[in-house]
Amino acid sequence: MKTILDKYQLQITIERLAYQLIENYSDLSSVVIIGIQPRGIFLSDKIFAQLKKIIPGNTIEYGKMDITFYRDDIRKELHSPNQTNISFSIEDKNVVLIDDVLYTGRTIRAALDALLAFGRPKKVELCVLINRRYSRQLPIQPDYCGKAIDSLISQKVKVEWDKEEVVLY
Amino acid sequence: MQLSTKHLLGIKDLQLSDIELILSTATQFKEVLQRPIKKVPSLRDTTIVNLFYENSTRTRISFELAEKRLSADTLNFSASGSSVSKGETLLDTVNNILSMKVDMVVMRHSASGAPHFLAKHIPAAIINAGDGINEHPTQALLDAFSIKEKCGTLKGKKVVLVGDIMHSRVALSNIYLLKKAGAEVMVAGPPTLIPKYISAAFDIRVEYNLKKALKWCDVANVLRIQLERQNQVLFSSLREYNLAYGVSKKLLESINKEIVILHPGPVNRGVEIDSDVADSKQSIILQQVENGVAVRMAVLYLLSNKQNFN
Repeated sequence: MKTILDKYQLQITIERLAYQLIENYSDLSSVVIIGIQPRGIFLSDKIFAQLKKIIPGNTIEYGKMDITFYRDDIRKELHSPNQTNISFSIEDKNVVLIDDVLYTGRTIRAALDALLAFGRPKKVELCVLINRRYSRQLPIQPDYCGKAIDSLISQKVKVEWDKEEVVLY
Repeated sequence: MQLSTKHLLGIKDLQLSDIELILSTATQFKEVLQRPIKKVPSLRDTTIVNLFYENSTRTRISFELAEKRLSADTLNFSASGSSVSKGETLLDTVNNILSMKVDMVVMRHSASGAPHFLAKHIPAAIINAGDGINEHPTQALLDAFSIKEKCGTLKGKKVVLVGDIMHSRVALSNIYLLKKAGAEVMVAGPPTLIPKYISAAFDIRVEYNLKKALKWCDVANVLRIQLERQNQVLFSSLREYNLAYGVSKKLLESINKEIVILHPGPVNRGVEIDSDVADSKQSIILQQVENGVAVRMAVLYLLSNKQNFN
């Protein structure tokens, strides 16, 4: 087992991701961030809190989205759906999808499909904490990335949110 | 995450974990139904036939909508106007439909046990949409979902089923489900419409006085008088039934507490329930219908995985 990000590194990485979003969008009211259930919402919760801290009183919208019903492996195994909560329109907004680990890209493919049920966004970007390079099965890349790593398919990357660290094993 | 059964023939065969899985999945489908685009692609590889050998409005529309919201292809079959009138048997009809590559069957039939018979003979997943006086599992599931939504939980809730217990498949499915979920169950109605040994068979209360029953309960599920299934005179007139067992506003006001009123529909206004009660804010009849689509989506979604897709 190897630690990829420890508690301190995780904290500054999340801060950096929040600052990168602000750098890109001077007007946060045109931005909505959407955490992907189940594991992406830990990161999106933290980024949302960070954005509120950096610019108090900003009107950025925050939602959570479940992609279970859009998965392409439904015939292999059923997964339990999680809660979706998007109580605003994403029409003409800049949507930032947030997930913890980008691996095959299939979750993001499903998320892009799921997103269309809520309107037509102006633009969709992807923010991930860990980008596992050279393991993509679809042409999907992150726009904001906490850390890029090289790993074997047999290895697993896990973000331990309770211990606040990212490990490879 | 799986149901313990391949078909949904009745609540009798389900375990509590199955019921909980269906209800929690339905919660997520209910959210899908609030979206601007109320459709998910989960069952786009699935073809479902709705076989209705008996009349239906709500259940049939609800199933069809649930199937469409899941992107399944649907076929509708009603016995009237089909080759059933030329003498084709149930098994022949279904086998002919299945040979056109249909994956799931939703069936309503006036004979109790018809879906169980079918399940023994065909490979497709079968969902019982009401069989005779036996069970109507999706109705009980949506009733449970609606009670849970309104009251928070089923455990410990006092639920009374009022009316034609003898001929109601909704009653039997509700009794099985409520008992499994830990609710307290009572049936109320005229003695001629309550099976003699029901109390002992299911460990439930029986009450012949409607006012006492309503005083006791938190939730009252008022059932339709199933005149089409009664082949003998079980009460003297509809008017007399209404006077003794109709849920009226006056009666509800006299019990000094706010109970939740359910009715599976179709409502016979002025017989088992009065209009002012059916349309009051105590009644969640229309919420039941709304929740029905979400619950049926959950059932279809969870059973679709049991097919052999290769």
